[in-house]
Amino acid sequence: MTLHLPYDVVVDERGSMCPMPVIALARAVKQSPEATVLLLADDPAAISDIPAWCAMRTRVLVWAGDTGDGRGHGFLVAPTQDDRAHIL
Amino acid sequence: MRPGARQTLLAALDQGYADPSRRYHAARQSRRLLDGARESIAAIIGARPDEVSFATSGTQAVHLAVTGLAQGRQRIGRRLLVSAVEHSCVIHAARAVPEGKVEELPVDSRAVVEPERVRAAIARGEVALLAIQSANHEVGSRQPISEIAHILDNSGIPLIVDAAQSLGRDDCPAQWSILTASAHKWGGPTGVGILAIRNGTRWRSPLPDDPHESGRIPGFTAIPQIVAAAVALQEAEDERRTESARLFALTERLRTELPVRIPDALVLGHGIERLPHIVTLSMAYVAGEALLEDLDREGFAVSSGSSCVADALVPSHVLVAMGALTHGNLRISLPPGALESDVDRFIHVLPSIVAKVRDSLGAGDL
Repeated sequence: MTLHLPYDVVVDERGSMCPMPVIALARAVKQSPEATVLLLADDPAAISDIPAWCAMRTRVLVWAGDTGDGRGHGFLVAPTQDDRAHIL
Repeated sequence: MRPGARQTLLAALDQGYADPSRRYHAARQSRRLLDGARESIAAIIGARPDEVSFATSGTQAVHLAVTGLAQGRQRIGRRLLVSAVEHSCVIHAARAVPEGKVEELPVDSRAVVEPERVRAAIARGEVALLAIQSANHEVGSRQPISEIAHILDNSGIPLIVDAAQSLGRDDCPAQWSILTASAHKWGGPTGVGILAIRNGTRWRSPLPDDPHESGRIPGFTAIPQIVAAAVALQEAEDERRTESARLFALTERLRTELPVRIPDALVLGHGIERLPHIVTLSMAYVAGEALLEDLDREGFAVSSGSSCVADALVPSHVLVAMGALTHGNLRISLPPGALESDVDRFIHVLPSIVAKVRDSLGAGDL
């Protein structure tokens, strides 16, 4: 990981396909509702599905983009638009 | 195929087999059948008969509409504006235009084109064409065709309306330069598409010269299929006067009852400005493929825009453009005459199938 993001939990779902990345994200959020979760995924559907899931569950997608190592995308999902969001 | 269309097709296989360009008796009979079909379809779509030609499929009609218009207007502009939620055949046709610059117009979360985006896009000039569907094929939302046509007024920019989803099911838009459709969609035979080009439109065939269908569609014309397609469309139009309201009520039940019974399910598309017979929903934590298999076992043939169902790895471009959840996607299309008891049964079985699929993925508690 070359990213420097203020996350509490990282969920690496690279290599798994829809709907598994969203399920893993939902699982992490259920286990740690207060945590900011960094999800890593390379399923092309995740680019659409993670923002849509966040809207459905009123989570905040603080950041989304390349992981920087050429292996998929990262999605930083926070419970609310808190201070950490302003760091970015 | 509709029974009336099937009967017509069988009769026309004998009566409409001769070459309509010849002068002998059987040829004149073919000509009369073809002319009658053309007049009937022209009246339904609000066109003059000489504006209507018969393609070999809806896809061929779209290909020729886009590439022929781009060619006819290449001196005016090379920008090809298409909505981001057009049927793939429209987008692929635009991408096939040599030196064409394809621009996809974004849509809102209901897959509806925002007319202001059209206004902004045409303000930059050099537009060869604009292609907007009458209604979306995946989520059923109607597009604001008359509003968009009003924006194009006096600009000279031709509007291609792909009406494949609407003909025989919903009102046909009145404002277009080129209208395309597919007979298969309204219960006609396969192998018949409609390519209607308003007189005065700068369309030029992109194909080698050929005399058939006023030089628009190459090859011998499939008169029996066309005659059957015209009969089917007339039947579908007559039927929808009563059937549309009934199907709208049934799809409304699916739209309101399914999300109540299935957690984390979202109904997609416009709630009111929509086709009467289509309902689409996305359900979180569900693999579309398992869902379709279970529904098929229950006797329900439905489709999905999820990437895990399609052969491609990428999800439906329509769902992506809407920003919708692409997995667990289900499109329910009610045929004319769909029974309320089948809708009841669907509402009854889907929640338990979804729960089962979620459990199998370890997502039952999310």
